Amino acid sequence: MTALIFFIFAGIAVFCAINLVAQTHPIASALSLIGVMGSLAILYLQLGGEFIAAAQVIVYAGAIMVLFVFVIMLLNAGAEGTSLQVSQFAKYLGIVLLAAFLGLISFIIQSMLPRTEGVVFGAFQGGTALDVGRKLFTVYLLPFEVTSVLILIAIVGAIVLARKEI
Amino acid sequence: MDFIILSLIKAAVVAFVLLTALAYLQWIERKVIAHIQLRVGPYRVGPHGLLQPLADVVKLITKEGVIPSHVNKLFYLMAPWMAVVLALISIAVIPFGPQITVGPVTTWMQLTDLRIGILFVLAVSSIGVYGVALGGWASNNKYSLLGGLRSSAQMISYELPLGLAVASPLLLANTLSFREMVAYQDGFWLGFIPRWNVFPEILGFIVFLIAGFAETNRVPFDLPEAENELVAGFHTEYSSMKFAAFFMAEYANMVTVTAVATLLFLGGWLPPFPEPYSDFIPIAVFALGGLIAIYHGLNPARRMDKFTLPVTGLVFLGIAGLFGLSLLVPVLKTILMALFWFCAKVGILLFVFIWVRGTSPRFRYDQLMRFAWVGLFPISMLNLLATGLVVALSSK
Repeated sequence: MTALIFFIFAGIAVFCAINLVAQTHPIASALSLIGVMGSLAILYLQLGGEFIAAAQVIVYAGAIMVLFVFVIMLLNAGAEGTSLQVSQFAKYLGIVLLAAFLGLISFIIQSMLPRTEGVVFGAFQGGTALDVGRKLFTVYLLPFEVTSVLILIAIVGAIVLARKEI
Repeated sequence: MDFIILSLIKAAVVAFVLLTALAYLQWIERKVIAHIQLRVGPYRVGPHGLLQPLADVVKLITKEGVIPSHVNKLFYLMAPWMAVVLALISIAVIPFGPQITVGPVTTWMQLTDLRIGILFVLAVSSIGVYGVALGGWASNNKYSLLGGLRSSAQMISYELPLGLAVASPLLLANTLSFREMVAYQDGFWLGFIPRWNVFPEILGFIVFLIAGFAETNRVPFDLPEAENELVAGFHTEYSSMKFAAFFMAEYANMVTVTAVATLLFLGGWLPPFPEPYSDFIPIAVFALGGLIAIYHGLNPARRMDKFTLPVTGLVFLGIAGLFGLSLLVPVLKTILMALFWFCAKVGILLFVFIWVRGTSPRFRYDQLMRFAWVGLFPISMLNLLATGLVVALSSK
């Protein structure tokens, strides 16, 4: 059952990711990206990271992508024309060669990594909000605070760039 | 009993009750607004227009669904279903009552309890904006596009105060599960003040309600469908069931917001008075309502009142009798009391939503944005900081 759900949503994630690149219209690409993020959230949920899954949906799919869609709608961006003229034969050959190339690379990387045991769904229990919060405010306190300062700097920078006079 | 069968039965009951309630919420809204404006509202279909929702549904289903030639078809058809599905999903984690044991079956009056239930509702509602935004964009119409744009900007802005307002009761109760949140609010201070979060978190409650108005696109924040400048806003190009889907989504969102407000701030299904007194309130309410209806039925102002009002009165007296009977049967009492208090609180909040629609004019767009960022956001931030300080000082 868990393996079935994993393959369904992993498949949706991969399909949406390919669709994101293949689509010519920005809105369709943005929606595909939301699909990728939603299915990733389900994979996190399967691994026991329930807080991360919720944060993934709220922050990425819910807040950041809404801004993306908002900007695309505001600029009224239309579909892009394809400028590259390639023959049908080259296109199909390219798909096969790309798949072979990616397979080769993933095989090499996998053989270089040390052997690990397979993931057991439901084995990891430390993904609740309590665990994440505890880790964030004890072990990872410094990186957490530094990140928030970084975001503050980015906000101030954005305001300085956006406004002509302050 | 088998877990799956039990879940299916519960899901069927909840879905049936919710969909009926959505249809009748619209009837109630039209009636209340009509009476605010000194009209009678729906009156022709059934006694006091009670069958009007049914007539509306039949009309919307049998109407021709026009798809304009200039729309982006895929997204145009996807948007209303996205809106309504995401609006209905949240009800799955809302608890209506405590654990009950009926014969051999022990279950919660809730479809499912997630440890991250509150985050789940926030996540689903944050995705819900795509329905409106896409619907507006795919219609290829300047008014729809403006409506969709306004809606997405408004929902991003009001999600911040909403999230911060939700965070304060979470800090107090130290949980993300709705069940534990209600369990935390059980009991009374000094023996008569309920330990609801609304008393320490009155600011958070007000901010939550105001942001809830904005998130559901209700008056005074209904800029996405401002009739006088945008025709009908994001759903201008929609007809038949696709149009109805947007309406259902709006009402389902209202129910979700009020149910979450009830669970987080108003103690969920817990009664506002200590045990022996709270048992008699539903009996008194229904018996009094029944007697008033029968009195007016005996002195009818209109021709049909001779029949409709006594029947209503008898139904009300029957419900009062059922509550009286439940004092003798513990199982029935648990179910009925929980449902009564939960529905009463949600109903009062829903009435406030309708009441505000009947009285308040619409904001201008710049006022709306300034109100969110300059008004609500700092208030909810300060409220969260103060709550955090109190919790940190008192938890030693």
